[in-house]
Amino acid sequence: MTRKSRRLVLISSALAVLAFAAGLVLFALRDTIVFFYTPSDIDAKHVAPGTRLRLGGLVKEGSVVKAEGKAITFAVRDANGEIRVSYTGLLPDLFREGQGVVAEGVFEGKGQFRADSVLAKHDETYMPRDLAESLKKQGLWQHNQPGAPEARGK
Amino acid sequence: MIVETGHFALILALALAIVQAIIPLWGSLSRDATLMRAAPTIALAQFVMVAIAYGALTWAYVTSDFSLVNVFENSHSLKPLIYKISGVWGNHEGSMLLWVLILVLFGALVALSARNMPDDLSASVLSVQAWISGAFLLFILLTSNPFARVGMPPIEGRDLNPILQDPGLAIHPPMLYLGYVGFSMTFSFAAAALINGRIDAVWARYVRPWALLAWLFLTLGIAMGSYWAYYTLGWGGFWFWDPVENASLMPWLAGTALLHCTAVMEKRDALKIWTIFLAILAFSLSLLGTFLVRSGVLTSVHAFASDPQRGVFILGILTLFIGGSLTLFAIRAPMLKQGALFAPVSREGALVLNNLLLTTACATVFVGTLYPLALEALTGAKISVGPPFFNYTFVPLFIPIFFAMPVGQLLAWKRGDLLGAAQRLTLVALAGLLAALIFYAMQGGPALSAAMGGVAIFVILGSFFDIASRIASGSSGGAMVARAMGMPRSAWGTAFAHAGVGVTLLGLAATGWGVEKIASMRSGDSVELGQWQVTLDKVAPRPGPNYRETVAHMTIRSGGAVVAQIEPSRRFFNSRRMTTSQAGLLNVSLGQIYVVISDQETEEPLDTRLYWKPFVSLIWLGPLMMAIGGALSLTDRRMRLGIAQRAKRRRGPEPKPLAAE
Repeated sequence: MTRKSRRLVLISSALAVLAFAAGLVLFALRDTIVFFYTPSDIDAKHVAPGTRLRLGGLVKEGSVVKAEGKAITFAVRDANGEIRVSYTGLLPDLFREGQGVVAEGVFEGKGQFRADSVLAKHDETYMPRDLAESLKKQGLWQHNQPGAPEARGK
Repeated sequence: MIVETGHFALILALALAIVQAIIPLWGSLSRDATLMRAAPTIALAQFVMVAIAYGALTWAYVTSDFSLVNVFENSHSLKPLIYKISGVWGNHEGSMLLWVLILVLFGALVALSARNMPDDLSASVLSVQAWISGAFLLFILLTSNPFARVGMPPIEGRDLNPILQDPGLAIHPPMLYLGYVGFSMTFSFAAAALINGRIDAVWARYVRPWALLAWLFLTLGIAMGSYWAYYTLGWGGFWFWDPVENASLMPWLAGTALLHCTAVMEKRDALKIWTIFLAILAFSLSLLGTFLVRSGVLTSVHAFASDPQRGVFILGILTLFIGGSLTLFAIRAPMLKQGALFAPVSREGALVLNNLLLTTACATVFVGTLYPLALEALTGAKISVGPPFFNYTFVPLFIPIFFAMPVGQLLAWKRGDLLGAAQRLTLVALAGLLAALIFYAMQGGPALSAAMGGVAIFVILGSFFDIASRIASGSSGGAMVARAMGMPRSAWGTAFAHAGVGVTLLGLAATGWGVEKIASMRSGDSVELGQWQVTLDKVAPRPGPNYRETVAHMTIRSGGAVVAQIEPSRRFFNSRRMTTSQAGLLNVSLGQIYVVISDQETEEPLDTRLYWKPFVSLIWLGPLMMAIGGALSLTDRRMRLGIAQRAKRRRGPEPKPLAAE
């Protein structure tokens, strides 16, 4: 083999791998990414039932119901909306009524959401940034609520 | 006074860094030997200064000097001593100081071995190192001064984030930083080579030990981080494809590629431009990781404080070094001489394939990590890219690596015999197939796990195949031992490191055979968990040094016989008013029983999550084996030319097994 043809083999195999990877990435980006919405976003954007998404908001006071087994339902609210979430499993640490939560799962339509995971918080001052920003925008942010990064002090 | 001395030493270190950044480089460009030889001395002095600063901060922590903002915010007088010492890097300022300390430590090591290097190479390397340390010292002094005082010193500190109060804090960050920062060495060597315009096999020999060292520590650091997350987060997961984890995985992938690539360059003087590029890339990704983790772009337990000013500063450093080195690369790379020729099917060819797959896999991780950030910045849409993305992209690119690894080891340099290699591996492949069938027969369960287990056995056996067949060709037992002893350490190193990949894969495969239970337990209740029975004996409070603890005392039985007691607990830290979960762990051969209890107001029934995870320890034993392999290779290099002296040709001590867990 000449130097030229060797280089050709090298470059074409590199291109083949890269094309394969690019294909995979594009495919995965179409099918696997999950959008983050608050309850009012779901209304405003007319999210179709059956869509996978991350739902963020505050756990509505007095809405947590523990049923038989490990089934739990609670409502996630923001300023203008409310979604009922059903979840089976142990709730993460620091899950409290009136505090921020992020649930990932499937929107079932008509204000119902089936979560397959409820986000565990690393500590009380940790709130997912997406959620903190949405809450701030809606004026639901309380400065001293655990979850405000500012509460951590400087 | 000690604190002020530390602060002053840090400023002196910056001044020395500036001198070291300019004088030796000037010397190397103007061929002035006196200026070049100044570099090692300045580098050592710089190390001493940063070490004094670091020591001063540690002293402030140990004596609980709450007149320092940093100590007040992150320490508590009742905190156990180990967390006072390791708590120094459990916050933004201190961790950046540790970063710089390790950076100048590497600089000092180069300075000590400078006698074995050409003057212009060591001068340029140390000069580039000083550019980096200077930039980060400036960053610390301007935006993250750990020595800032409080006006009115408080009596008590706010304590360290309880989630960080774990022995993992003492091991994970230093290991990871040794890895991250270690790649600054390969970067400096690459930049020095570009500046001096000389890149050859000799250069590769100087770089290789540093690349190995950095890679070895990064491997251990990532594994330790994964194990820490596994036992603290309470989900039993060990890898979440979290951006922070990806930030450490990217330099690891690039570094692994670099390691293989320097082998080609050293042995065959080929792939020069690519090696230089990878050396730059590995450190650039380390810097990117530092930026992602420390700037507050991402929210996680690793982002200590989000201060936009700091983010912008690190972004500036990032741009300066990546942009600068790539510009230098673009100017100089076309002048490099073409390397030696090799056929596509050869050891070099196999290593090129390795590099291709590793860097492409690295690119997919890069896209998955940065795409959400870019999308949010451009359109405002918030998305999360989770495990499914990486399962579709990263995993398919990694699978060919498992199959190619044993084959590549059997190919000769220059021109290899693919068919011959494949034939020699027939037996190993059959063993893998057999193992897959046995796994399926024994465990049932998902076919994917059995198949992965089979591939893992293929990789493990295949890694040792070459060594084993060379040893087996000895005529007698004695001759075989002699052959095994005479084998270069690096050959053993390669075999161990590759087998480590297989071991990790086996651990991953075994996750499919695990059992998971969620139960509401009262005292006296039992839960069947695979072949084990777990009984809750009682729930009782227990005091700790700076927390209160609720402990669930549990007994594990197998067929009626008591195996062990475990005590999963929840700790409440009063100073920060927060709770952490301590998993109850029991190692049974290579598997683990893992129990966590949930946070709740009422004592009983106790919500409990129980797992039986067979072979799970293999996931972290694999990286440990990889690191041992790296250490074996390193001792080999040291004897041949290496970082220390070559004059005395005596056998070094066996590499100490490095603790990872």
